[in-house]
Amino acid sequence: MTVLPLERLAAPDPRRQVLRGVNAGERAYRGILTVLAVLLPLLLVALVSELVASAWPAIRRFGLPFLWTSVWDPVAGVFGAAPMIFGTLASSLIALLLAVPLALGVAIFLTEFAPAWLRQPVAFLVELLAAIPSVVYGLWGIFVLIPFLRAYVVPPLRAALGWTPFFDGVFYGNSLLAGGMILAIMIVPYIAAVSREVLLAVPPSQREAAFGMGATRWEAVWTAVVPYGRAGLIGAVILGLGRALGETMAVTMLIGNRHDIGLSVLQPAYTMAAAIANEFSEATTDLYLSALFEVGLVLFVITVVVNAAARLLIWRVARGTAVGSRAL
Amino acid sequence: MSARRVRRRLVSALMTGVVGALSLLAVLALVLILGHLAVKGATSLDWSFFTRNPVPVGESGGGVANAIVGTAIIVGLASLIGLPVGIGAGLYLAEFGSGRLGWIVRFVADVLNGTPSIVVGIFAWTWLVKPMGHFSALAGSVALAVLMVPMLARTTEEMVRLVPHSLREAALALGYPRWRTSLRIVARTALAGIVTGCLVGVARIAGETAPLLFTALGNLNFTTDLMQPMQALSLQIYQYATGPFEEWHRLAWAAAIVLMGLVLLLGVAARWAIRQRHGAAR
Repeated sequence: MTVLPLERLAAPDPRRQVLRGVNAGERAYRGILTVLAVLLPLLLVALVSELVASAWPAIRRFGLPFLWTSVWDPVAGVFGAAPMIFGTLASSLIALLLAVPLALGVAIFLTEFAPAWLRQPVAFLVELLAAIPSVVYGLWGIFVLIPFLRAYVVPPLRAALGWTPFFDGVFYGNSLLAGGMILAIMIVPYIAAVSREVLLAVPPSQREAAFGMGATRWEAVWTAVVPYGRAGLIGAVILGLGRALGETMAVTMLIGNRHDIGLSVLQPAYTMAAAIANEFSEATTDLYLSALFEVGLVLFVITVVVNAAARLLIWRVARGTAVGSRAL
Repeated sequence: MSARRVRRRLVSALMTGVVGALSLLAVLALVLILGHLAVKGATSLDWSFFTRNPVPVGESGGGVANAIVGTAIIVGLASLIGLPVGIGAGLYLAEFGSGRLGWIVRFVADVLNGTPSIVVGIFAWTWLVKPMGHFSALAGSVALAVLMVPMLARTTEEMVRLVPHSLREAALALGYPRWRTSLRIVARTALAGIVTGCLVGVARIAGETAPLLFTALGNLNFTTDLMQPMQALSLQIYQYATGPFEEWHRLAWAAAIVLMGLVLLLGVAARWAIRQRHGAAR
């Protein structure tokens, strides 16, 4: 029988020492990552509180009627954001009307009809639209799209529909139509990419069942595949809407920047983002600046609500999988 | 075949044609934009465009050397701030993100991702420009970093989650500590994906204009001082495109092709990085 020397008994267990070293590393690693991750919620809190604090004088002065008053008079110090809210919604609506059929067509073509060799290249090219900077869209819009609209699109439109209030008046170039069209091109890649992933997530058994009942290819798509992914597709569209609402540069360069509510798409209009971009550096009084911050706050709240709705819908279709996250 | 059956087949064929035509239209939009950019941009480019600073209105010639350097500095500094935070937050979400804090961070990242860039711009103004009393390149970089972080966090998380569990388990079974497994095995395996995410993030902020309007502001002169207003290619395009002079329009197209080239280069690098991973894995 051996007797252990006392010192050895008192000395810390070498295995424990190793473990302690590990735990220190573990703790440090986890601590650093946690700090970095917590920065995000802190950032959001800072952003919201700065926006609210800066907008507070305007909120107190004008109250809720700020949202539906259409006077914007910096000299008199009276501000109402109705024309910008209207212009933001109207230009986004035009963008959706044009972009949704286009993007859904692309997504359906790529998942259901296109030959295998064509899918990757076309998907890549459409996604490339999302890589073009907003300001380049604006440049192209000014020098290519507007002259094109003036020469080839507006005359027939006015001849056919000029009697409606929507195509009334003189076409200035910079207009709701031009802004909406450039927005449409800009949001197509987002809607198409998410819709495509939603359609790819539809189980093959849906298609097979439809074919088994004698459906043609289009009938299988339209009656079995698209309804199955409906919630996700609506989510994709709302996501596109979120993009369109907050888009700044291209719209600022094309929409004409006029504080007016008019039904005609040929007339200039304004959006919330464009108003901030244009007037922020000119805002000479504190109240003017504060009103612009309130516009920013309204825009922020609207986009958060729209994006949250989109995400809920997309999550419902593909719970757990990261559908659409690549396009975000 | 009954008439009804013929009609159904015709509809199917017709709709195939319709969705094909819509796809063609989308691709056509891209071709038109890039085509105009290439033609108008290339004919406007010359050597002095890269080497000289803007000249006063009325003189022809001049370049945007200050804007090219400015974009590089602003975007570089933004990446320096944004990449570590974004990657770290993404690693946190992938490794420890199953709890309540993980849910909050993920939700906040998605909210920030959808925030309009102009809103981030005025936020950076209140945060940095107003207290400092003047516009600065630093404020522009911070604004761009704010835009970059949430996107990067989510892509990093996704890439790390793609790493098979068996790899992690193998390392842990060999007695590797968790944190070293996470860094040396998991993050390293996902490295190509993370690099791709970074390049895509940098490409996206390189083209941003709205957050720079009230932070970096723009500058007619050449400067490398981070505390001074600085020119960027995107700001330059905005000013020149909306200005009244022919010469400015020419320079706007030239600046646009340079900016587009930069963005595409980063995009191609991102594709190359992701291909490296697939090549190594198979």
